[in-house]
Amino acid sequence: MKPIDLLDAQASLRTFADHPVYLHLETTNGAYASHNDESFFSAGAFIRNVAITFEEGKIIGDGPYRVGLRMANGWVYAEGITHYEIDEYGRLLMAGLDHQGRLAVAFELSNNPFDK
Amino acid sequence: MMETERHVLVIFPHPDDEAFGVSGTIASYTKNNVPVTYICLTLGEMGRNLGNPPFATRETLPNIRRQELMDAANVMGIQDLRMWGLRDKTVEFENEEALANRIRTAIDEINPSLIISFYPGFSVHPDHEATGRAVVRAVESIEKAKQPKLYCVAFSNNHQEVLGQPDVVHFIKDVIDTKLAAIAAHRSQTEAMMASWPDLLEQKNEELESRLFYERFYEYKWAEDIR
Repeated sequence: MKPIDLLDAQASLRTFADHPVYLHLETTNGAYASHNDESFFSAGAFIRNVAITFEEGKIIGDGPYRVGLRMANGWVYAEGITHYEIDEYGRLLMAGLDHQGRLAVAFELSNNPFDK
Repeated sequence: MMETERHVLVIFPHPDDEAFGVSGTIASYTKNNVPVTYICLTLGEMGRNLGNPPFATRETLPNIRRQELMDAANVMGIQDLRMWGLRDKTVEFENEEALANRIRTAIDEINPSLIISFYPGFSVHPDHEATGRAVVRAVESIEKAKQPKLYCVAFSNNHQEVLGQPDVVHFIKDVIDTKLAAIAAHRSQTEAMMASWPDLLEQKNEELESRLFYERFYEYKWAEDIR
């Protein structure tokens, strides 16, 4: 992955619009956050291989970036995106890496299901 | 001094779970020709560390960690490494009885004299807890006289308060190079953490030496089962 190139990432994002695509969306503070700091409230979520169709998708901000997908009946949103890659399978893999390079958020789109 | 074993079975959910607290013990057994089987339930697919700068993505991480696990097993002299294909973070949502049965089948086949896993209630990560519970359940299903010993790794902040001092402590300094190589094999997860170690070890840093040279285990306390 490399730091977000807004024009390139936006162009890739657009190619996933208007047809069913598979989504991997994840936020995490690490499984040991509350172990390392008992005052820390640990929260996170992930959703993988859910098919969605969006009509408008945008990546925006000054970095870290925000990504929002407008669907016919709702939204998909993430903040904290810093890096991206269009991989060998044409998937758009975006992630937010913290100051130590650890993944804090992942936002990925694919025309085919991700590995389970 | 370690007890002699017929065969040791190590069961953890993530590649690298064995690295910090058990790899010296494993290396000591294999060095003495005690066979070790390592069952690793997941590939650590949801690990946060991707290298810094990142050399992995969320999607390439499983294959990278599979290779790292195979390299680490090689370093530790493990000849029987089994990857069970569950997914990181989801072990506790699997059917616990089915997982325990699968572990029981493996125990029957391998016939270990010692099993090493996590201590349920004291191992922090939900996958660790679920693995420990299933292992305890599997061992429990075996006739008492035929049960292998069960050594558990505990590291929750309250573990000493509740469990007291570890029952078994292995001083593994004589295989420290193997242990460091096993930890380093999990490069995507450990490279950043290990960067400061050569200097600290050179200075004989007590905290790091204590963490690395001693491996601590609790025998599972059946009488006080708190699962």
